[in-house]
Amino acid sequence: MRPEPGSSFATSFAQALLDPARGTPEIVTGPNGKAASRRYDVYRNNVTVSLIEALAAVYPAVQRITGAEFFRAMARFHVRSHPPTSPLLFEYGREFPRFIEAYEHAQAMPWLADVARIERAWLDAYHAGDAAPLSPDRLSAIAPARLADAVFIPHPAMRIVRSPYSAVTIFAANRDDAPVERIDASTPEDALITRPEFDVAVRHLPAGGAVFAACLASGQPLGEAAATALDASPDFDIASNIAGLIEAGAFTSLAAGDA
Amino acid sequence: MSTVTKSTGPAAVPLRFATPIGGVAGTSFKPEHLQAILAAGPRRGFFEVHAENYMGDGGPPHRALEAIRRDHPLSLHGVCMSIGGPRPLDKAHLARFRGLVARYQPALVSEHLAWSTHETSFFNDLLPLPYTEATLACVCDHIDQVQEAIRRPLLLENPSTYVAFRESSMRETEFIRAIAERTGCGLLLDVNNVFVSAANHGYSALDYLADFPLSRVQEIHLAGHAEQADDEGDLLLIDSHDGPVADAVWKLYEIVIQRRGAVPTLIEWDSRIPDWPVLQAEAAAAQVILDRHQSAAMAGERHAA
Repeated sequence: MRPEPGSSFATSFAQALLDPARGTPEIVTGPNGKAASRRYDVYRNNVTVSLIEALAAVYPAVQRITGAEFFRAMARFHVRSHPPTSPLLFEYGREFPRFIEAYEHAQAMPWLADVARIERAWLDAYHAGDAAPLSPDRLSAIAPARLADAVFIPHPAMRIVRSPYSAVTIFAANRDDAPVERIDASTPEDALITRPEFDVAVRHLPAGGAVFAACLASGQPLGEAAATALDASPDFDIASNIAGLIEAGAFTSLAAGDA
Repeated sequence: MSTVTKSTGPAAVPLRFATPIGGVAGTSFKPEHLQAILAAGPRRGFFEVHAENYMGDGGPPHRALEAIRRDHPLSLHGVCMSIGGPRPLDKAHLARFRGLVARYQPALVSEHLAWSTHETSFFNDLLPLPYTEATLACVCDHIDQVQEAIRRPLLLENPSTYVAFRESSMRETEFIRAIAERTGCGLLLDVNNVFVSAANHGYSALDYLADFPLSRVQEIHLAGHAEQADDEGDLLLIDSHDGPVADAVWKLYEIVIQRRGAVPTLIEWDSRIPDWPVLQAEAAAAQVILDRHQSAAMAGERHAA
């Protein structure tokens, strides 16, 4: 490997981009001996503002809930401590929900991080690979004796987000501009995110549904997944849950075992 | 190299438009215009997209791009390859870029003389570089890698800049000419960038153009800019892409077309995006200049014959 020529210019230039405490790099200048402070600040501003806007694009409900001023202040901290590592901006902000959880000024909104998790999952589903969802007929074609061994392949867009708060209701109420009624945030809600065709759908999973869906998505056979879900939640109803998951487009195919 | 040559994604859309596409005006494609564009049906022109917005596995972005590509030539404009940076190119990113070129068969493929990634951070801006023998060698090496991956020449865009580097030993035009000669790449001349950089660095845009290797230019960009002030309170132009093309930039563009001849010309508009008819009208204004030149050139040929 030949040495990396000129690596010092990028290191010096980059160091101050996200650090307002650092001065303008010595290596840059204006024309004819003019100063370069405000000139360099154009780059600092472009970087910080465009990354704040990238977070706002991923997390519109969070921004609507907090208001733009609060959001931009919170996002600025995050951009400076966690700049993106990928040039694909729709991948940015995976650490943001955890950042919100710890953010001093967001402590009065303990559900906000889970709303952010649903928004992050929504965008992942939006960009996920295309695949035809499993037809409900496939399940009814399996002999009852072999149903317990059926194994499901999750759709590339399928995501599950669990919350001890009413995160699904709060998310749904804040993804557009419609007025929001008062929401009781204390009911635990689990979200199923799917994209059977081209529209992302966010559903509220019934009791035990998240455990069940997660078990199936990890490759557990239907019988085992149902038993785990029943353990977690005595109200769990297998028939409505499996029908609901298939109807939502959570799976692409199933295998009925070897027998 | 296996990651670079590996085929990715679904089968290629058949190539329906010969390259080069000639003297037509196009616009940035913005998803909010999709319905208006499809409702109006196929039109003369082309659409340009930022490659990175279509690097997801699937979903609505690819469906929109397929719909646009079905009836129009496409220009694939990379924003994040970091060709001007000292670090090795991101092989995964290069493979994604190659995959898009193979899938959508764009008429034009371009990237920037700039960098945006350093160490592990992506800065989401087109950052400047010093013009030296060392950076020249590095940029040429990066362009060789891109052209090898996509198996066609890349068009490299001249930057708009706000600072200069003390260590620079070459003029920008000299640097770009050397890149084109060494790598065989084509050039994307952003006339607004020339105007912005000339104002910011106190040189003449006409002198820059006189020194620019115009014969290598295969695409032109036009865009709007904004005005700020530098440390001394003098005018500092910002390459903002958030408004109509300035009158002075239209004038420069006409001069370029007279010298270079008609080449595909793009109206870039990336922020505060207007309704489709407004963007379309800017492209129509560029098309008038292209057509005027093309009919004058044809009349000249008839006269000479």
